[in-house]
Amino acid sequence: MTIEATQAGRGAVVALRHVTKHFPGIVALDRVSLDFHPGEIHVLLGENGAGKSTLVSLLAGMQRPDEGEILVRGNPTVIDSPRRSMDLGIGTVFQRVLLVPSLTVIENLMLGGSWLRLLARAAARSRFDELSALLGTRIDADAPVSGLSLGEQQQVEIMRALWRDEKLLLLDEPTSMLTPQGVADLGRMMRRLKEKGVALILITHKLLEAFEFGDRISVLRLGRLAGEIEPQRLQAMSESQRTETVIHMMFGAGGDATPLQGHEQELAILLGRKLRRASAVDHRKPAALVVQDLATAPDFAETPLHEVSFEVWPGEVLGIAGVDGNGQKHLAEVLAGQRPVRHGRIDLTGLDITRGHVPERRQRGIRYVTDDRLGEGTVGTFSVATNLVLKEIGAPPYWWHGISDWTLIHRNAREQILRNDIRTPSELTPVGKLSGGNVQKVLLARELDAEASVAVLNKPTYGLDLHNQRLALDRIVAAAARGIAVIVISTDLDELLEISDRIGVMFQGRLRGIVGNDDAAADQIRRLMTGAAAA
Amino acid sequence: MTTEVHIGARFTATLLRVLIPVTLALVVGGLILLALGKDPLGYYGYVLERSLLRWGGAQETLTRMAPLLLIAAGLIVAFRAGIWNLGGDGQFLLAAVASAALAPVLGGILPRGPTLVVCMLVGGLVGTLWSLLPALLKARYGVNEIITTLMMSFLGTSLANVLIKLVLRDLNTTVPQTRSLAVDDRLPRLFGTTIHCGLLLAILAVILVHLMMTRTAFGLRLQILGANRAAAVHAGLRVERLTIAVFAISAGLIGLAGAVEVLGVWGTVRADWNPALGLLVVPLVFLARFNGYAVIGFTLFFSALMVGGESAARRVGVPQHYVLVLVALLLLFLALVEYLDQSRRKSVAN
Repeated sequence: MTIEATQAGRGAVVALRHVTKHFPGIVALDRVSLDFHPGEIHVLLGENGAGKSTLVSLLAGMQRPDEGEILVRGNPTVIDSPRRSMDLGIGTVFQRVLLVPSLTVIENLMLGGSWLRLLARAAARSRFDELSALLGTRIDADAPVSGLSLGEQQQVEIMRALWRDEKLLLLDEPTSMLTPQGVADLGRMMRRLKEKGVALILITHKLLEAFEFGDRISVLRLGRLAGEIEPQRLQAMSESQRTETVIHMMFGAGGDATPLQGHEQELAILLGRKLRRASAVDHRKPAALVVQDLATAPDFAETPLHEVSFEVWPGEVLGIAGVDGNGQKHLAEVLAGQRPVRHGRIDLTGLDITRGHVPERRQRGIRYVTDDRLGEGTVGTFSVATNLVLKEIGAPPYWWHGISDWTLIHRNAREQILRNDIRTPSELTPVGKLSGGNVQKVLLARELDAEASVAVLNKPTYGLDLHNQRLALDRIVAAAARGIAVIVISTDLDELLEISDRIGVMFQGRLRGIVGNDDAAADQIRRLMTGAAAA
Repeated sequence: MTTEVHIGARFTATLLRVLIPVTLALVVGGLILLALGKDPLGYYGYVLERSLLRWGGAQETLTRMAPLLLIAAGLIVAFRAGIWNLGGDGQFLLAAVASAALAPVLGGILPRGPTLVVCMLVGGLVGTLWSLLPALLKARYGVNEIITTLMMSFLGTSLANVLIKLVLRDLNTTVPQTRSLAVDDRLPRLFGTTIHCGLLLAILAVILVHLMMTRTAFGLRLQILGANRAAAVHAGLRVERLTIAVFAISAGLIGLAGAVEVLGVWGTVRADWNPALGLLVVPLVFLARFNGYAVIGFTLFFSALMVGGESAARRVGVPQHYVLVLVALLLLFLALVEYLDQSRRKSVAN
């Protein structure tokens, strides 16, 4: 492989040579050599933790390799800052949108300019038109970013990445927040860029995307390059051959007999395949939660709820699908008691809790796992132990007449850490230092406790690697099996189809319909997601 | 690694993080004196002798600590809860004026003990009242309290001045000031020294505040409010109420400081009196990293510098406020040592 890489290195825009990067306790990248060619979409596949993010940060100039070198047009180059990376023609689109919502599109694009020069609007405008033509996008340059859809915001991000120069475009999990339509648009854009001779790197953990868009596929596993499929070989392969080859690389099976054993569930996520689960709904009992005609007040840049009504039974998993930003956040918050009800009514097993705040609702068994794990779900600088009891402050047994029993709080934390397999140096470690998967374990441990009766989970697998996605979904299903009424809000339709009994679809703050999770569900949901009336 | 070793190592590290900046500040402060053609050793010697080694000076140093500690207690509550109450001067001064005006009047009706207690309570209450507007604005509308408390502070110091000149003035004196409280009616002295019992009250307040912040549910709630407001909302804390409570406690303690200083030391407030301790204590609280026990040490250090610095400055011939240069240097070096320590840890980690 090394020999191949060196030979092929001639035509590459950017190439890595034996790049190694260590972090405390782990080798994030281990002697990785890769070439990125003009006019080619190079897919990097791998689980989170395989080294993809590290690779992104090296190319984006946020970190530097410990060993090895990065070649730009054949010359060894030090990329010591994001600015340098951009100057070299490497544009990066990160997973999260990094635009200033209150500024217009063109203002956002001009932000990176030299601050010694005056804002050159005319020049910026012509560059914007140039890129719009190149990408085939139709975005209003003077529209404020906050008014754009996520897909459009991503298009602006791509424009910004290409703003200086269009040599190499690095897309880090770009489809994770897009609608099917958005993914199709993105695919068209990538192909146009490819035809113009741009080198593209597409980072993903979804196999189907890799096959659909990729000319060349490289698989990273535990920081190493586990294998690479060159364009000619990739084209010659059938779909099932590709799948088999890539999966061998990803999971490192010996190549014979049953390489996939023990990984069926990861594969299900990987392939977007659906696994059925046995329903635990108990319709003999009264509905756990009844929501009638619920509405919330509008808030800055957030979609409020209108006329939302539904019921959830004990043991049921109600999925809430929809494109991000269609009122899901308000729905979760209003159920948790974090946001006032403007209109309508919420009953918890026959008890009107419309006016109750977070503490009352929590006491009655309502739990809320927020998608903003570090922003509001936890206090990053506080210990794991404190965060585990964050919503119990002042209540016995951890507090006695308002006095903290730290011994008990810490002992409880040690138990929870063991029981939930939270990987942390100790219960005193600040929760912000844990990985995303472990922060989520802390939240799930706190919210899916024995007293829970209704649990609302907002994007519970967002940003987690396959293994932790699996664990989170398992815990949710297990909670439902214990008789908890579970509401899972997610933008990932595949996971909703896997775990839900019924799936509701949010569109512009309304619940456009709830469909039973049968074979026709996926199509119905996709139609509802675009705002079409329920069939 | 056992827990004890861990704690021991941490203690040493903390001590070093304080001792290194203090030493550096003193050395650089000395170099500046040297550059001015003054004798640094002489200056430090005088400071030490005047403020700690002589009994009279030591008593003065300890007395000076009382208001500083009470203000520090008030600031720790606020800062730990992420609320920047910088209106201490106004709260302090109005409380001082209120208790100074009340004490001689009340003294004619009530015995000494109740008079002093009532006056201290009134002082605390006045401080709290003066923070009410910033508190409500912050809690309801999220108005930046740095600006509102500072503005209220300017208004407060002016109002105190006006009150003395127009309403509360003692007509028997030429300089506008409140009626003087007889020395015997002031806060009792401790064991035949000149130190008044406000010092004990202040130390108690700092320790109680520290315990409240670290050992109680209320304190933890305030810390969450300070560390992550969104998490506070998420956890169902009553953010508005907590915010108002923080202002009330913080300004109340600062008001108490004003009352104690007047009832214990001066017995009267002159119209032009404004020790401006509120902002002086801010750096000390930061130096102590909002730790109640550490703040006692820093207050002693600062108090000694203040007491000794005045006469030492006169004898060596540098401006009296040279002490502030030392405090500034100390802050600078503390930040620097902190920064170097962080980046060293980062490079070790990498």
